[in-house]
Amino acid sequence: MIPFYIGATLVKVLVVFSATLLMIMAMTLAERRVSAFMQYRLGPNRVGWGGILQPVADGLKFILKEDIIPDKADRPIYLMAPVITMVPALMTMAVIPFGAPLQVGEYMVPLQIADLNIGLLYILALTSVGVYGIVLAGWGSGSKYPLLGGLRSSAQLISYELAMGLSLIGVIMITGGLTFGEIVAYQQETGWNIWKQPLAALIFLIAIFAETNRLPFDMTEAEQELVGGYHTEYSSFKFAMFFMSEYANMITASAFMVSLFFGGWDVPFVDEAALGNLGVGLSVLAFLAKVGFFLFLYIWVRWTFPRFRYDQLMRLGWKVLLPLALANVFLTGLYLVWKA
Amino acid sequence: MATVVRTYEPGYWDKFYLPAIARGLLLTLVRMFRRKDTIPYPDIKYVPADGYRGLHRLNKDEDGRIKCVACEMCQTACPAHCIDIVPEPAPWDDGGEERHPAKFEIDLLKCIFCGFCELACPKDAIELTEIYDYASFSRDDLIIDREGLLKVYDITSMGNIYERQNRGESIQIDTGNL
Ligand code: SF4
Ligand code: SF4
Repeated sequence: MIPFYIGATLVKVLVVFSATLLMIMAMTLAERRVSAFMQYRLGPNRVGWGGILQPVADGLKFILKEDIIPDKADRPIYLMAPVITMVPALMTMAVIPFGAPLQVGEYMVPLQIADLNIGLLYILALTSVGVYGIVLAGWGSGSKYPLLGGLRSSAQLISYELAMGLSLIGVIMITGGLTFGEIVAYQQETGWNIWKQPLAALIFLIAIFAETNRLPFDMTEAEQELVGGYHTEYSSFKFAMFFMSEYANMITASAFMVSLFFGGWDVPFVDEAALGNLGVGLSVLAFLAKVGFFLFLYIWVRWTFPRFRYDQLMRLGWKVLLPLALANVFLTGLYLVWKA
Repeated sequence: MATVVRTYEPGYWDKFYLPAIARGLLLTLVRMFRRKDTIPYPDIKYVPADGYRGLHRLNKDEDGRIKCVACEMCQTACPAHCIDIVPEPAPWDDGGEERHPAKFEIDLLKCIFCGFCELACPKDAIELTEIYDYASFSRDDLIIDREGLLKVYDITSMGNIYERQNRGESIQIDTGNL
């Protein structure tokens, strides 16, 4: 009994980990291709079939490049920063349910590595740890542009984490649980949360763009002002780790968004449980499709809008999103009282 | 003079940004499916417009003889001083031209492709062609000689070589050194 569950968990860890890495690779290619298409270009289409091996070539290039550590860098911090960014980015996937429970023989295997009873807090905590990587990278590089990038990132993340946390409270209030299992199960019964918490969904969407440092909120990188922001001094595979963790964060954020507001792996109008393991496959596909849509949205937005000015960014975070999120909590509370 | 002053006053909905954001997103989405401007170069080659000033050629007359009479007008006109001509009496004795170049070299690295040589030539002997993709690993190879220039005539006299390459003809730009 117990060995089976350990084995199943190990398999799930492996599958989720490699799927995330694969998606990161796919995202680097998708980013370049989609941006090219939006600019009437073709993008990389030479390596492999239609360019699908381009990420492999890029990865090899990163590994083979010379690794430069600046003289003025604070070595331990400088070396640790990419790891601190990368590891939490990959760890967050552990609590995301990516499919209906799978029937293996007599066992039901939930398609989720761990259904922590504080799943939401776990993700919020880990994404905050990821920010340390950026700040430390800025500090450890011993150069002014990365430092500015790191500072901006800490200010930005504090501002938007507030709005993000508050927008989640609405969801937690109507669902009555902090675990992803409960939230998804609730949405399966009563419909997706997007219909009940549209405001929270919007605030959350904006906040995750800011949390993942994506345009129009990529203050920390701002090529035109900060050269490259926190990773200016990083080269070779250490740079690749920052690059990958950015995409890993995007994937987690999309999965988070899907699980909270778009029913997780729920396929609308289909009873997955009745279909057995076919339904499980369907639910995994639905989950991937939804996450894929949000990943596309990330790219889509990046290549459509210019960057915010820093004061605009702060104003939006503190003066618009925060009050709106508070109002949302209040309205949800009123609704719950009225219903009771 | 009247000055036109245009001001922008955001309307009620503009203050929410979201309608404008939606419009922007729609725009890029639609444009994603437009025809691409990229030319996948070695597979399909860009065809320059008529009058493009690329690699030079030395024209031949109906008998296949070199048209150039080594008058050195092009050499004189050339602002980059990249043409080097050594004349000699023509080897034929049948009423054709009496002079022809023993040596006719153009240093392509010095040439600025202004086309003055073409304008200066009284015999329409030198012309610039549409060829733009030639390259070499050494500077010496990029000095094109008389035979090379005549070979360029051979490959370009049957029509635009890039149009022909795009149609699937395989044409090597082989002018000796290049
Ligand atoms: S194109 Fe201009 S620079 Fe080049 S050879 Fe002719 S005259 Fe000289
Ligand atoms: S190419 Fe024309 S201008 Fe130049 S030497 Fe020959 S005939 Fe004279």
